Amino acid sequence: MNALKLQILDLLKEDARRDPELLATLLGVTEAEVKKAIAELEEEHVIVKYATVVNWSKVEDDKVTALIEVQITPERGRGFEGIAERIYLFPQVKSVYLMSGAYDLLVEVEGKNLKEVASFVSDKLSPIDSVLSTKTHFILKKYKQDGIIFEEHEDDHRLIVSP
Amino acid sequence: MIIKEEEQNKSMSSYLAPAVRAIPPSGIRKFFDLAVGNKDIITLGVGEPDFSTPWHVREACVYSLERGKTKYTSNAGIPELREAIGQYLNDEFHVEYDPGNEVLVTVGGSEAIDLALRALIAPGDEILIPEPCYITYSPITAIGGGIPVGIETFAKDQFKLKAESLKAAITPRSKVLILCYPSNPTGGIMTREDWLPIAKIVEENDLIVISDEIYAELTYDQKHVSFASLPGMKDRTILVSGFSKAFAMTGWRMGYACGHPEIIAAMLKIHQYTVMCAPTMGQVAALEALTNGMEEKDRMVESYNQRRRLVVKSFREIGLECHEPQGAFYAFPSIQSTGLTSQEFATRLLMEAKVAAVPGDVFGLGGEGFLRCSYATSVAQLNEAFDRIGNFLVKLRNS
Repeated sequence: MNALKLQILDLLKEDARRDPELLATLLGVTEAEVKKAIAELEEEHVIVKYATVVNWSKVEDDKVTALIEVQITPERGRGFEGIAERIYLFPQVKSVYLMSGAYDLLVEVEGKNLKEVASFVSDKLSPIDSVLSTKTHFILKKYKQDGIIFEEHEDDHRLIVSP
Repeated sequence: MIIKEEEQNKSMSSYLAPAVRAIPPSGIRKFFDLAVGNKDIITLGVGEPDFSTPWHVREACVYSLERGKTKYTSNAGIPELREAIGQYLNDEFHVEYDPGNEVLVTVGGSEAIDLALRALIAPGDEILIPEPCYITYSPITAIGGGIPVGIETFAKDQFKLKAESLKAAITPRSKVLILCYPSNPTGGIMTREDWLPIAKIVEENDLIVISDEIYAELTYDQKHVSFASLPGMKDRTILVSGFSKAFAMTGWRMGYACGHPEIIAAMLKIHQYTVMCAPTMGQVAALEALTNGMEEKDRMVESYNQRRRLVVKSFREIGLECHEPQGAFYAFPSIQSTGLTSQEFATRLLMEAKVAAVPGDVFGLGGEGFLRCSYATSVAQLNEAFDRIGNFLVKLRNS
């Protein structure tokens, strides 16, 4: 990928609301170049979506999130793809990763409360034929997600004027 | 009672050394007092990075404290750090120093400048200082009994030092030339072509150069050229630098000086009697920065570069002339079109628009009519600052 696209991705990852005009100024290129690069990145599905990182613990009706280790038997010819799809299509499932090591899929599930997540595991996930075992870990607190620290603890304590 | 106190004060100041008494208080300090206590200020007045020191550097320091590395080091600094500094200067700027006797670790670049001047100045020596420049050189020269001789540089030359200006300032008493490029406050730099005629004059007039290269890593369209790397200049140059700007380590106070062994030995003599050695934990951190910090440093420099483009464009859009800074993290726009002095403009900008910037006149000759604006501040803050400055200018022009 060319350098400009990588720079644009870096800047948008920090703040997706930066418009092409600002990006063009920061990077010393024309707005048209930025727009073209972004259009291509969207087209190629490199930029998948412009989402907001939310600290749900600050929202009153808090959500519960669990990370579930899932061991599965791969299917002949399709490996893990089919079974992963069956899992990630559930809207409760926020992310799915294929892992190396002691288990196969790491599934992030979100629910209104403990019970809701637990019943998702027992009613939907475990009964799938090729699922051999599940291990559910509830998240107690999120400190950092996608490189963003949730509780910013480093204020700017610089003097107002210094030589 | 009040009268008595005044008498008391008067008599106390009479004890002060005349050279110290003669130094005017720092113009930046005056402005700082004005800004303090004002709420909702966006500051472009800060001479330091907005990044915190990279975590791996802080972590290395914490670890060393846990392991009890809290003792003095050798006067010149821990050998591994001096070694790393030598290697770094050679890799980055192609100038070779022997870590054994040509490198001295100091308490910030500031101490290195102080040591260099104290080691060199005899009473009456003239010290040549291109201005506008960092505010420290002239007072330290004066304390040492030297005579600071300012050399004005101009916006039309991108604040480069010109050979004819240097020549015109030289007298038989000229001894030292202090250089600070990339420049605080102008953001000006000197290329190799710019340097060569200066080096020739230095040679012809048998000058010693103190080259403050603290912003060396912060150049944008071209790589920094160290004055010490020019033909014949290494022995005539005391290269001063540090970790503050490149590695976002201002509060650590870690700097160094490199130069001819006899000059470094003289500086070391003063250093060992005044501070003994630079702080041990700071030295550990500096070593970590040089060993593993280059990638993070490059990332920070790229971020300054992005903001530099934004700031230059924004100044021009709101109608202030601004030469394109090639180094450091300052823009130095002209406010002459407003008819105000730098002090008036900066004071009103602070009071009426709540934006702090440093009036150019505090940086010496050629600074009047300009404003130093640091862009080491977030993009969001910069955008807000320019909205405010823009509105302030509209108000000013309509009044």
